[in-house]
Amino acid sequence: MRPFIVLLQKEFTQILRDTFLTRLMIILPMAIMLIAPLLATMDVRNVNVAVVDLDCSTTSQRIMSHIKASEYLTLIKATDKFDLAMQELESGTVDIIVQIPDHLERDMTVSTPEKISITANAVNATKGSIGTQYVIQTIAHTLIELRNDKGLNRLSEVLTVQNRFNPTLNYRHYMIPALMILIFILVCGFLPALNIVKEKEIGTIEQINVTPVSRFTFILSKLIPYWIIGILVLIAAMIITWLVYGLAPAGSIWVIFFGAVLFILTISGFSLTIANFSDTMQQIMFVLFFFIMIFILMSGLITPIDSMPGWAQKFTYILPPRYIIDILRSVYLKGTTLAELWRDFTALGSFAVLFNILAAVTYKKQA
Amino acid sequence: MNNNLLSLIKKESLHILRDKRTMLIVMLIPVLLMIIFGFAISTEVNNINIAVVASERTDGVKDAVSRIAHNDYFTFCGYIDQDRIDEYLRSGKVGTVIVFASDFDRRMEQIYAGIPSKPIIQLIVDGSNVNTASASIAYLQEILLGRASQQAMFETRMLFNPQMKSAYNFVPGTMGLIFILVCAIMTSVSIVREKEVGTMEVLLVSPVRPAKIVFAKMVPYFVISCVVLIMILLLAYFMLHVPISGGVWGIFTLSLLYLLLSLSLGLLVSTVAKTQTAALLISGMVMMIPILLLSGMLFPIENMPKFFEVLSNIVPARWYIDAIRKMMIQGSPLIAVWKESVILLGMTVAFFGLSLIKFNDKLE
Repeated sequence: MRPFIVLLQKEFTQILRDTFLTRLMIILPMAIMLIAPLLATMDVRNVNVAVVDLDCSTTSQRIMSHIKASEYLTLIKATDKFDLAMQELESGTVDIIVQIPDHLERDMTVSTPEKISITANAVNATKGSIGTQYVIQTIAHTLIELRNDKGLNRLSEVLTVQNRFNPTLNYRHYMIPALMILIFILVCGFLPALNIVKEKEIGTIEQINVTPVSRFTFILSKLIPYWIIGILVLIAAMIITWLVYGLAPAGSIWVIFFGAVLFILTISGFSLTIANFSDTMQQIMFVLFFFIMIFILMSGLITPIDSMPGWAQKFTYILPPRYIIDILRSVYLKGTTLAELWRDFTALGSFAVLFNILAAVTYKKQA
Repeated sequence: MNNNLLSLIKKESLHILRDKRTMLIVMLIPVLLMIIFGFAISTEVNNINIAVVASERTDGVKDAVSRIAHNDYFTFCGYIDQDRIDEYLRSGKVGTVIVFASDFDRRMEQIYAGIPSKPIIQLIVDGSNVNTASASIAYLQEILLGRASQQAMFETRMLFNPQMKSAYNFVPGTMGLIFILVCAIMTSVSIVREKEVGTMEVLLVSPVRPAKIVFAKMVPYFVISCVVLIMILLLAYFMLHVPISGGVWGIFTLSLLYLLLSLSLGLLVSTVAKTQTAALLISGMVMMIPILLLSGMLFPIENMPKFFEVLSNIVPARWYIDAIRKMMIQGSPLIAVWKESVILLGMTVAFFGLSLIKFNDKLE
């Protein structure tokens, strides 16, 4: 036990002595929790619309004023030439062009009026399709209103919508719980792995290897400081989200901690395994970067897993962040219980065991 | 004099070539990332799980359900009881529950006949997943209301990307991220390593000018990045079928400029960082997060608070990704992106100049 405590002391001293590292460990998580939710919004807002008005009637005026009033749409340009609007779309200042046909107002009473054409820039597919839907809804709403005003055959709202768990569809609330895993990956995965490879590259690891300290003791003493820091950072992150964004978990805090501990164990075991196979810091940086990109982009943090092709969806089952993201989001927003999430917890627990065994087995005391 | 430079470049190239594993990693990872993101990632929402609550399964309800079940966006998971709605949504079994009124058929006929009616369909949506929720509502309105809504009045066109492929948006973004990280990490680490090990001193006391030492370090990495660039362009065109409609030379020229910029950025990092860890952390972590968040690669810049919208102007990747998107997908020529090109050129000159000044300072 004694060598273990001494080793632990050494690690803590080394971490605290490195002012760059300590500052990074404080500033980076704070920055992620404070700034990233402001930036990481993929909900479609601020869709810039140009209206090509060939009708010039009160109806088209009404449509434009509704577009102006919409919280999602911004009216950038009103013109009577399609080419002018098209130029704006190509340069990127306009996302969607609405062309109101001649005689729209007159044809309103006819059963088959000429169609309103909507042209969207679909380079960003999400913005193109959801933006188009917003435009259609806004105009359809205007037309219903106009028809009702004139007493024409009425169309009523036949459908109501209720958004559970996040009534205002606030995108930040969707992202914040998931962003916490970025901190775990960086603090509990990246840093210990870099630390061990550094000892390898400088050669100080040899000095440890020739001592009677067992490899488990050595690795544990490397990991425990980062585990403790990880948990402290999680608590800080939860307090920040509560104070700044007013978001408190709907479910049990203990379920969140349990999930977080399992994930921290998993990710540190995972990066240690990679560290065992890397000789230089340059190498491990590239490999870790590769995995982080895959974790960020494929485990449902940003883009939904359900929209991936079948083979890619199966692939996500071997990504540990997939489970913790699901746990954090469900508990935070929906108040899901431990029993309902047993699949996620079982998977995460198995990964934790697997990677830590792998890390211990692949660590060689002989070079 | 030129002999000096050549032998330095040769030395650097040998250093890099000797480390086969690193070489392999550097070449392979961008390609793998490109393939994975090109094929697997999609921001478009589909495969939404749907459950239905209907006290009476009338013909109208069955008809509506079969239309939903046959739609590519939805997977129908069966009928459930009213009191289990919450449980299904909370456990994530379904994303949306549709509740039909008990006299759905009769009221629907009234609506078609133009008689006002109270709402007869209720959508209960899991709002925790924001984009899926909004897409689900929009699609369902279209499917369920068809005739009753005004959808038939519109004619829509999706320009530049009629098949709505997310790869069109991701490929330029991934290029912008990969190049700046590969070049910045490689150059900064290779210079700082010489500092840390102490061999930099040896080089500096030699009669070779410092500028040449730095230049010789950059050349081999520039060549490697060019190879990566060519591989990525080939991949994007032949495997991901991203149109390179604005002319391959324009894209190539701008990318070369961007590579130079990234190399200079790496150089600048190396003058600031004292240890390899610091260099890696700066070029890897501290730079990666702003690029991911502020470059417009994933998250639209126009959604951000004003302050960050302004701040994003200093992220080089933002300008590059913007320009590449225009050239690759909208088919604009190089001339059309002159503004972005000039900004990138200015940044390159600034980074390079700044790092040369800092480098020379250290020597005195």
